[in-house]
Amino acid sequence: MGNALPQVDFVLQRKISEKLREFLPERCVLWQQEDTQPYECDGLTAYRRVPMVVALPETEAQVRRILQTCHALGVPVVPRGAGTGLSGGALPPGDGVLLSLAKFMRVLRIDPVARVAVVQPGVRNAAISDVVAPFGLYYAPDPSSQIACSIGGNVAENSGGVHCLKYGLTVHNVLRVRGYTIEGEPVDFGSEALDSAGYDLLALAIGSEGLLAVTTEVTVKLLPKPESARVIMASFDDVEKAGDAVAAVIAAGIVPAGLEMMDKPATHAVEQFVRAGYDLEAAALLLCESDGSTAEVEDEIARMKDVLTAAGATRLAVSRDEAERLRFWSGRKAAFPAVGRISPDYYCMDGTIPKKRLGEVLKFIGAMEKKYGLRCPNVFHAGDGNLHPLILFDANDADQLKRTEAFAAEVLEKCVQVGGTITGEHGVGVEKIDQMCIQFGAAELETFHAIKRAFDPKGLLNPGKAVPALSRCAEFGRNHVKATGQLGHAGLPRF
Amino acid sequence: MSLEKIQEQIREAAGRGAALCIRGGGSKDFYGNAPRGERLDTREHAGIVSYEPTELVVTARCGTLLSDLEKTLSEKGQFLSFEPPGFGAGATLGGCVAAGLSGPRRANAGSVRDAMLGAKILDGRGQLLAFGGQVMKNVAGYDVSRLLAGSLGTLGVIVEASLKLLPRPPEELTLKFELPQAKALANLNRWAGQPLPISASAWRDGELSLRLSGARSAVRAAAEKLGGESATQEEAARFWAGVREQSDPFFVGDTPLWRLSLPSQAPALELSGEQLLEWGGALRWLRAGSNAANAAAVRAAASKAGGHATLFRAAEKPQGAFAPLSPVLARLHRELKRSFDPAGILNPGRLYPEF
Repeated sequence: MGNALPQVDFVLQRKISEKLREFLPERCVLWQQEDTQPYECDGLTAYRRVPMVVALPETEAQVRRILQTCHALGVPVVPRGAGTGLSGGALPPGDGVLLSLAKFMRVLRIDPVARVAVVQPGVRNAAISDVVAPFGLYYAPDPSSQIACSIGGNVAENSGGVHCLKYGLTVHNVLRVRGYTIEGEPVDFGSEALDSAGYDLLALAIGSEGLLAVTTEVTVKLLPKPESARVIMASFDDVEKAGDAVAAVIAAGIVPAGLEMMDKPATHAVEQFVRAGYDLEAAALLLCESDGSTAEVEDEIARMKDVLTAAGATRLAVSRDEAERLRFWSGRKAAFPAVGRISPDYYCMDGTIPKKRLGEVLKFIGAMEKKYGLRCPNVFHAGDGNLHPLILFDANDADQLKRTEAFAAEVLEKCVQVGGTITGEHGVGVEKIDQMCIQFGAAELETFHAIKRAFDPKGLLNPGKAVPALSRCAEFGRNHVKATGQLGHAGLPRF
Repeated sequence: MSLEKIQEQIREAAGRGAALCIRGGGSKDFYGNAPRGERLDTREHAGIVSYEPTELVVTARCGTLLSDLEKTLSEKGQFLSFEPPGFGAGATLGGCVAAGLSGPRRANAGSVRDAMLGAKILDGRGQLLAFGGQVMKNVAGYDVSRLLAGSLGTLGVIVEASLKLLPRPPEELTLKFELPQAKALANLNRWAGQPLPISASAWRDGELSLRLSGARSAVRAAAEKLGGESATQEEAARFWAGVREQSDPFFVGDTPLWRLSLPSQAPALELSGEQLLEWGGALRWLRAGSNAANAAAVRAAASKAGGHATLFRAAEKPQGAFAPLSPVLARLHRELKRSFDPAGILNPGRLYPEF
């Protein structure tokens, strides 16, 4: 984590600004520090860097020219949506252009018959569901930050949410992405048909963290709003029992619309903040949702209750109406800000594990809390194995910050070791770049770099993010012996 | 073992620059452009590596027979929700992923690509690479496993795949309606915008078949609402298998078969030749000639409707199996191919003649 003071190359800054001003109005080019400072970080505030220049284009033609200009000058470009990302994917370049798509806020087309909406990348996730609601439709992926995060950022990160087990991630709900390559060429990945000729470049573009192309238009799939939805809040006196209950629900052939877990420290933090009516005695709470036709939901809720009771739930509460359902969810959705109120800072992890290893990983996290002397409440997308442990710390205390980083690194490595991944939905960005050296070997990383070169041979789009340079992994590996006892990237030349 | 044998064969061929034709059961030899090169047989590298019903994930090697895999899943009440067509008893998991073809449930339950969670491949240098994993959510690195679905083996020999599974729906019911095509399309698009448990649709020769799947209460409520005539279980099973495996009378015979993937609401196409519609209108099969003039007309119609046309089955495919790419996309395809397979030995020409 760094707080490096900007070492601005004023000559280059002036040159870029002037070039951009040739076709952009004054309001679209920021370079004075008081204007660029607000862009110094995204949702991962521990990493900050003041951008050299911020460009705020208003049209696709302007995006194209910005890219052409930067490509010709050999200047890096970092795209930015709403800036809510949690992995530093939009950390600005100190020597290039931060390309904000914030002004691309229009819904271009809604087709209720085809069940698609074409939107600009700056449109907020929740706004899509709002504008299509009169047609009885909605956009399914619902990251907790949905009131603020933009669809362009969702595409970059392949964002999930609390309903992914049943409805999928961004990659399952976007039909087409229009964008520009770093050379300023327009490209369409996907179409309004269900597949396209050739390679599935749409799958490659989604989750590519802004390294392959700049998104200027997104066609999303809309789903009919379920007739009914109800959620069960189930209390458990033991976290592992709650984990087993999750497996039992799936084993019973049920795919819940949402299946979330919070441990006691998390529910206590949340309850003070939103009064969701959570059971504060419980060691763990599960939120288990059913949606569908009214009759189907009644049936499924009854089956879920049976399974949860058999799995040892100490208390069950079923939402009686929509207001209560939203109240039960409000606590889960507000978990991050709630934790933000009980600690000066918190650090959110995003590892995903096979569900059967949950007990083991939670015990491991407990041991880390003791080892590093830091508290760590857990919220957990239980249905899909995506953990969000939140390490509480004070960033003003350099030692706490260091301990937090070490804590997080150990947990992510544990996730990889049990067969999971370092990031389920927040992305690698700058934050987890060293852990990529553990998740992947040199050959896979080299393949990622080759994919990047296919789209961006000069490496100008969001450089230094998502995929570590092999030399960085060699450096990381020197101080870091893998759990298997082998040095990471043993085959790589050391220098 | 057999993985090392495959690896050895790739390295040896790469050294000579000799084309390899990757083949499992050979049930999809007809698909894409004509296979060429020395045979690389994937069948020995078979077997389920791990299956955790409560994780809704299976991992299996490329040579595993689809039929064996589906049997194992079915014993636990689960299935591959994209209902892949096998097109023959020898169909393997590797071929299923490489072809990227999904069956009747696709419009409602997603495609092969949607179910892909991870894969291991041997690239054109013979390097073993692992992407993705066995978990539902994973955004570490580019999503190469999904890129592999439908790549026809041109980026690597897919040696292992992890797929998301779903529980089998407890109840299924097929309804039949007498309807002309335009009316069927209008109904399908309207129904798709309502919370109905539709799991497949097919229209041919004035008859629309609609399959409902889910909880008994949901299926019954929907059937009551929609009307139509219920098919018997045997009738329905035979019909959907015929559509999925293309054994239905519509698919029999020598007339070339075109596959048009279109936005579901695209109006009925004014092309001569019999049609069968699936996926709520998003997939249209057409029996029509494959000569240059016909191919141009079919591809133009598909493109105008916002989709693309594949020459699926034909004795000859001189116009290419797949719709041509825009210059930018063609360049990206060539560059990607070069990075995975620098010697250009893996199924060359199978997807596009230039690589």
